[in-house]
Parts: sequence; C-alpha cells; structure tokens
Amino acid sequence: FPGLADVSVSQDIPVEGEITVPVGSNSPDDDYSTLDEPVKDTIMRDLKAVGKKFVHVMYPRKSSTLLRDWDLWGPLVLCVSLALMLQGGSADSKDDGGPQFAEVFVIIWFGAVVITLNSKLLGGTISFFQSLCVLGYCVMPLTVAMLVCRLVLLAGAGTVSFIIRLIVVGAMFAWSTLASTAFLADSQPPNRKALVVYPIFLFYFVISWMILTFTPQ
Amino acid sequence: QGGGSAVIDMENMDDTSGSSFEDMGEMHQRMKEEEEDEAEGEAGAGEEEDGEFLGMKGLRGQLGRQVADQMWQVGKRQASRAFSLYANIDILRPYFDVEPVQVRARLLESMIPVKMINFPQKIAGELYGPLMLVFTLVAILLHGMKTSDTIIREGTLMGTAIGTCFGYWLGVSSFMYFLAYLCNAQITMVQMLSLLGYGLFGHCITLFVTYNIHFHSLFYIFWLVVGGLSTLRMVAVLVSRTVGHTQRLILCGTLAALHMLFLLYLHFAYHKVVEGILDTLEGPNMPPFQRVARDIPVVSSAVLNTTAKAMALTL
Repeated sequence: FPGLADVSVSQDIPVEGEITVPVGSNSPDDDYSTLDEPVKDTIMRDLKAVGKKFVHVMYPRKSSTLLRDWDLWGPLVLCVSLALMLQGGSADSKDDGGPQFAEVFVIIWFGAVVITLNSKLLGGTISFFQSLCVLGYCVMPLTVAMLVCRLVLLAGAGTVSFIIRLIVVGAMFAWSTLASTAFLADSQPPNRKALVVYPIFLFYFVISWMILTFTPQ
Repeated sequence: QGGGSAVIDMENMDDTSGSSFEDMGEMHQRMKEEEEDEAEGEAGAGEEEDGEFLGMKGLRGQLGRQVADQMWQVGKRQASRAFSLYANIDILRPYFDVEPVQVRARLLESMIPVKMINFPQKIAGELYGPLMLVFTLVAILLHGMKTSDTIIREGTLMGTAIGTCFGYWLGVSSFMYFLAYLCNAQITMVQMLSLLGYGLFGHCITLFVTYNIHFHSLFYIFWLVVGGLSTLRMVAVLVSRTVGHTQRLILCGTLAALHMLFLLYLHFAYHKVVEGILDTLEGPNMPPFQRVARDIPVVSSAVLNTTAKAMALTL
C-alpha cells in the first residue's frame, strides 16, 4: 500500500492545536511553588482574602476588589452560621414551625441566583459568580444581627427586647441593602437602578423577617 | 485504492495509543480534512471494506477509532447544547426591557378598569413587573404564615409559599391561555402572564393590610373593592379582545372566579382562624369576628391588635 506509507504523525504533519492554560496560574513556576508551600500558608492566604472582603462589606466603598477576585467561601460560612443559628426556633417542639437548615440555605442561594439572573436580564455587566459573591458577603450584617438577637433573647423575651431586636435588625437590613447596592448598582444602566435594587431589598427583607421572628425554645 | 480513500491504517502509525482521547480528536480532525478533499461517500464505504481487508488488528483499530469518534461527537454536541441553553437566557431579555416609570404606571393602571371594550386594549408583554409581584406576594404570605403560626406538616413554609404563588401565576395563566385559544381571543401567552401578574397587585395590597390588621369585615371590604377592581380591569381587557357573547362570558367568568377565589383562599388557608373556641373561653368581652392570636411568639401582632382595637373603639 504505497499510498498509506506517507500517512504518519511525526515528520510531515506539524502538531497543531491549542493548549488551554487554567486561568488561575500565571506561570508554571507559580503553580509549582504554591503546590509545595505548607498548608498553613495556603489557608492563611485564603483567609486573608476572605477577611479583606469582610472589611469591604463593613465599610462599603466603591472598590473593585470584591468584584474582581470573587470567592464563595465567605458566603458559605455566613449562610451556614445563619442557618445554624436559626435552628430551634419552633414554638411547638412536635411540629416544625421554624425554618429548617435546608430552608434557609435554599432561600439564600435561590434568592441570590434569582437576583443575579434578574440583573443580567436587565442588561447588567456583572458576571454570575461575581454577583453571587457580593450578595453572599452582604449577608454578614444580618448574621451579626442574628447573633445580637440571640444574645438579647437570652436576657428575656419582652416588649423591650423586641424593640431592641427590631432596631438592630432594621439597621443591619438597611446596611446590607446599601452595601450590596453600592457594588451591584454600578453595573447597571443608570436609569434602571431601582429595578435592580427592589429584588435585593425583598431578598434581605425576607432574611431579616426570619431573623426577627425567631424565638428560641 | 489507498490513495483514493480516507483510511488510516493504525498499524502503520507511529503512535499506537488509540485509546487516547486527544489523539482521537486529532485523528478525527485530520480525517475530516482528508474527507473534504475527496468524495465523502467513498470514505464511508471504503472504511468498512478496508477494515475487513486489513485483518483482525486493523478491524479492532477501526472499531476503536469509530467508537472514540462517536464519543467525541457526542461530547461536542452536548457541550454546544449546554452552551445554547445558557444563551437561552437571552431569549427572555426583551421581556425585561422596562423603565421604572413604566412599571409604576402599569402597577397603577392595573387597578383602573378600562371603559373602552369595543377596541382591543394594548397589553404590554413584560415579565419583570409580574415576577416581582409574585415574589412580593411570597414574602407577604410568609409574613402571614409566621404571624398566624401556621404549621406545615409535609414541607416547609417557604416551599409552600413559593409553590402556591408561582403555581397560581403559571398554572392559571396557562389555563386561561388555553381557554382563550378555545374562545378565539387575541392574546399571547406572555401577555396573559403579564396581565395576571399585574392583577396580583391587588392581592398584594389586600393581604399586606389584612395580615396585619385582623378584622374580618375589613378583609371582606378589601376583597370586594381592591380585588374587584383588579378583576374588572383584567376582565375588561379580555372582553375587548374577544368576539361573541358566549366566549366573553366563559373567559371572563372563569378569570373572575379564579382570581377572587384565590384571594379568599390565601386569606383563610394561611391565616388560622381561631374564633369560636376562644370566644367561649374568654367570655363575652371579645367582640365577634375578632381574630385572636394564640401562642404567637411575636409580640408585634399583639401590639398591632391592641392598636387596632383602640382605633376601632375610638371610631
């Protein structure tokens, strides 16, 4: 078969194609060195990144750090801690009147996904995971409010405690909404900011309501 | 024969790792290029013949290549399908193209019945307003269930609220669209969704007020006035788009019944009525039709109740 003899890989046909490099590593050297570093370094680096983002939420300024290097560690930690703290809030121990762990989890993530889709459909320039990251990190004031509420409820469950809780939750709700609006509304066309802010308002309102109506067993 | 066909003999290849996926891809690409140069029909027939001709090893190689080929194609097809599914979000984009002033105007318009029913009324095919109204209704429903201590056995509070509201919006819209198709009304699915969605604005207002101030008579007034206004608007728009008395009657009767009954259902099913028992327990001090909260952990409803009672006494 003389015609088949020249069909071979090595000499005649140059190897072509695309080498896709994973986005995270800048150079092979970098990858190599972070693989060799002690675990403590990796954890500390990630913790520092998460901590920096928490600080950004506490003092909302228009910075692009939260948007650029998104990560979902912070939202996961906040979501899990909020869901754990909201456990055991049923008035009747036989039936489950309070939110279950899975319920809180699903509300937060499903709500965040809906808001992201909504902002994308309205013509937003932010990416899916960046928006999830911002919304998740801005749950932090409400987690702090939950902590405060639990502490206040340890003291008693009267009218005064309710008013304190109402003020605290209300303030944290406003803070959450303002913080997330500061990051997300910039990515929208200017005349449609209200359309994006309203679902965020509703989302944090539902979470605040769950926190406010929580009473321990 | 070898020069005219696109067969690559695996035995003569330097790299014999036919199981490698990337190699399959490369070979597949090269095969495609060679096929483009020659007649395509010949290649298919030539492959099978040559496979048998080359003996067992060649046949297995051919088979392996074909299987890997198919896997490559299926994988590519799946990836492109997934990508087009993501891009499907862009299909919904024109329905979200609204300005805040438009949404506000449409919300207010949904409570005003139109007078001109001989001329087909324009319905905006927009999904942002209805979607937000459904979510608002879910939030209000959650609030009502919480304050009335509703106990859901099989399921969760949130799941029930979302299921009810979305089920109503999507289900009744589809049913009304089907009826409209039968009655020859000129309305599209998106328009029906939009119309029904904006009709929920009345429901939101009514429930928001009556979940906080627990007076039965107040609820009935709101049900008739607010619910009635939004129903009248939807009915008028539908009538303007339908021809024939029977068809108009069927469509509008169904819509009015479903809309008003849904509001009734939301009020009574998710809002425990504790009437007769507590009347006998607490004595004649309680005025009739007074909703009393039992074992409600939130003090707010008690506060609101006493406020309402005080207001009722002063009026």
